[in-house]
Amino acid sequence: MMIKRPFFWMIVATVAVFAIAPLVGGIGVRESLFLAAIYMILALNLNFMIGYTGYVNFGSIVFFGLGGTLGIFAITVWGWPLWAALIGAGVVVAGLALLLGLGILRLRGAYFALATIGVVEATKAFVSNFDPFGGSTGMYISFSAYKPLGGAREALWVAYFLLVAVLGISLLLSFWIKRSRFGLGLFAIREDEDAAMVLGVKAPLFKAIIYSVSSVLPAIAGVLFFFKNGVIQPEQAFDLTLSIEAIVMLMLGGQGTVIGAALGGFAYEQFRGYLLTSSTFSSFHLVIAGALLLLIVLFAPGGLIGWAHERWAITRKVLE
Amino acid sequence: MTGVIVSIINGLLLGAIYGLAAIGLTLIFGVMKVINLAHGAMIALGMFALYLLVSWLGINPYLAVPVVGVGGFLMGFCIYWIAVHRVIGRAELMSLLATFAVSMIIVGVGTVLWSTSPYNVQVDMPGLSIGRYTIPGNHIVAAVVAILVAVALYLFLYYTRLGKAIRAVASNRQASELMGIPSTRVLAIAFGIGIGIAAVAGSLIATLFPFTILSGASYELKSFVVTVLGGLGNPAGALLGGLLLGLIEGSVSPFVSVSWTPVIEFSLFVVILILFPAGLFRVGRGR
Amino acid sequence: MSRLMDVQNVSKHFSGVKAVNDVSFYLDPGEILGLIGPNGAGKTTLFNLVSGVIPPDHGRVVMRGEDITGMAPYHVVDRGLARTHQIVKPLNDMTVLDNVTVGACFGSEKMGLKRAREKALSVIRMVGLEDRRNLLANQLTIAGKKRLEVARALAGNPQLLLLDEVLAGLNPTEVQGMINVIRTIREDSGIAILIIEHLMQAVMNLSDRVMVLNFGSTLATGTPEEVTRHPQVIEAYLGDPDMAEKLMRK
Repeated sequence: MMIKRPFFWMIVATVAVFAIAPLVGGIGVRESLFLAAIYMILALNLNFMIGYTGYVNFGSIVFFGLGGTLGIFAITVWGWPLWAALIGAGVVVAGLALLLGLGILRLRGAYFALATIGVVEATKAFVSNFDPFGGSTGMYISFSAYKPLGGAREALWVAYFLLVAVLGISLLLSFWIKRSRFGLGLFAIREDEDAAMVLGVKAPLFKAIIYSVSSVLPAIAGVLFFFKNGVIQPEQAFDLTLSIEAIVMLMLGGQGTVIGAALGGFAYEQFRGYLLTSSTFSSFHLVIAGALLLLIVLFAPGGLIGWAHERWAITRKVLE
Repeated sequence: MTGVIVSIINGLLLGAIYGLAAIGLTLIFGVMKVINLAHGAMIALGMFALYLLVSWLGINPYLAVPVVGVGGFLMGFCIYWIAVHRVIGRAELMSLLATFAVSMIIVGVGTVLWSTSPYNVQVDMPGLSIGRYTIPGNHIVAAVVAILVAVALYLFLYYTRLGKAIRAVASNRQASELMGIPSTRVLAIAFGIGIGIAAVAGSLIATLFPFTILSGASYELKSFVVTVLGGLGNPAGALLGGLLLGLIEGSVSPFVSVSWTPVIEFSLFVVILILFPAGLFRVGRGR
Repeated sequence: MSRLMDVQNVSKHFSGVKAVNDVSFYLDPGEILGLIGPNGAGKTTLFNLVSGVIPPDHGRVVMRGEDITGMAPYHVVDRGLARTHQIVKPLNDMTVLDNVTVGACFGSEKMGLKRAREKALSVIRMVGLEDRRNLLANQLTIAGKKRLEVARALAGNPQLLLLDEVLAGLNPTEVQGMINVIRTIREDSGIAILIIEHLMQAVMNLSDRVMVLNFGSTLATGTPEEVTRHPQVIEAYLGDPDMAEKLMRK
């Protein structure tokens, strides 16, 4: 029955393009798409909190960074194979997020946003001081860690395809939650949490669960990113700016919609890449990105998809 | 033992400045429920404004501080009309992002102008010696100035017409509009004052430490911590929160490595936010 | 004990003000109890105490023999209670159908999504919002939003429905429409209803019994006839001694 749904084919098409394009276009294309996939995964999972539940998580990057740190630790220190590190990081981060969520999700609005910033900074500071994780210099992956996958060159391809799979799962999960009973409860919380609770939605539990769910795939993506990177440093792993950039992606595409989140992540990567490489704009890329964000917030707060929904009523039905 | 006391004194002096910086943030939140993510950028801009005034015009740094404050006010007034006015009363996300966008633009322009390499303002000031320790003179002056500015703001808010109007708008915008207070203009002025204070705090910090255009970010985070200690939207609490943060930094630093302080600070921040969302101090909130 | 709900001596203070003071009442299955009283008498606060929105300082709320005092609202819902809000709380950016589906999914009878939709559609038909089911909730008129409140509460198949001023702000035609809805609810499903209403005529005609609150305390309880003849009620609330006759006549 899923095969009949348009979204299913959208996922298939996205994954196919991501899988085939670098085989045709080469390593340059792969590098660009790898980053695009990371951005899309971050935006799609952040969407669960901001778009679906209405909780502005400013610190979503903590999942990415913590997943990366734990995964790379398991690989380099304990010698775990990549697949085990991915699963392990996902499970541990999900568990931590669930516990953390039960605490900080008691806060609402701006208070919650501030707390999430605090969580990123506290975690970053802790990891930078924690010697088993390499302290502030971080951890380096030795060449031997890539051997089981057939060498460094092959390992990079493996990491890429695994990341594309994570992207596919993110999309699938996004649609699935959006159409589920659980998702309906989340949307009710987004619109009016008190009213939702009076209607019977167990808001504290729902929020903690979605917070935890939104942490798993970014954690796994973090392991893959830093596995491919070869080194992980706390400053890079827990970069608050990337966390906020993920919100920008979401705003660009349109929060609450799956296509918007995915499109926003992809477009932002392309846009950023263009600004950074262009000779005229490269030094001004921050200014231009900031101005763009300001324009979106002031004049098109629904993002691309929201704007389309206002124009044409049909898009509401077709694009979710 | 003297070492610990000196460290605590140094912490408190810095804490006064953290407190002042946080007052700028908490005033804006208190009046218009906007968490100003351009706060750090404005602190950094205050640092560079002081640097430019001192190096180009050769004015005494302390005389340049009020100029920076006025400039910050005007800039904040403009930012309000350009970026903030339209997001007042909308979802928190919008005001957070609008002010973050302003921050990106300021930091972006600053990076082009000054790169990200460190600058510093030379201040010669005799220190205060206690045994074999010295409390730097510029730290003392900066802390005193910070407290004076905070007191001035308090007097302004409680004893002037405009200050009362700001407090009225903060507690109930619609009601004050009915009383004939032009609330939009009051919001713009309050935003300007908040930014002006951030810039002054930045300029004071510039007399103490070397800085880059990115330095504002860490002071912004400290301001968040202070604000939460003192209660969001509570300026008097912010000064106490700043002193408390300084006290914590000062009393912790002799015993653990400096790099652990942020771990303690931010863990405390999250815990206090969850347990006491109204802050630790219930001062200056009536009744 | 076959009482559906038994509220025993509940009190709530707000910084010194006694909003609800030592109030007791009960409801039997299928009964309609009207709750009247001047503004600020504590009617909505009493609703909040009963539905778990705020915990009482003292007293007990018992539903079907189970103590539900201080339970979170969603746990109270599980026990068969549903309520509307005096100040409507539509889930703005969701369709009318989705709003009601939320009520059906998470109400006392936890339905799956598919059954919840069917149930929602039938409730929407019953309250007369069928033609507007695909509008966003914030596009409804105030009367529409009040109907939506009722539909959402009803969709979860509760045993007790708390209606908080669902007639206020409606024009006479809309009032009549809503009264018909309430009658239908009672006739079709036999749900017990606790209703706050300022429109005397409506309360007196709908209710089996009426309770009068004044300054947070119970002033009188009884059948509509008894209450309207109660001297203190006339003094405190109705004002006119002939009011009783006028009210009962229609």
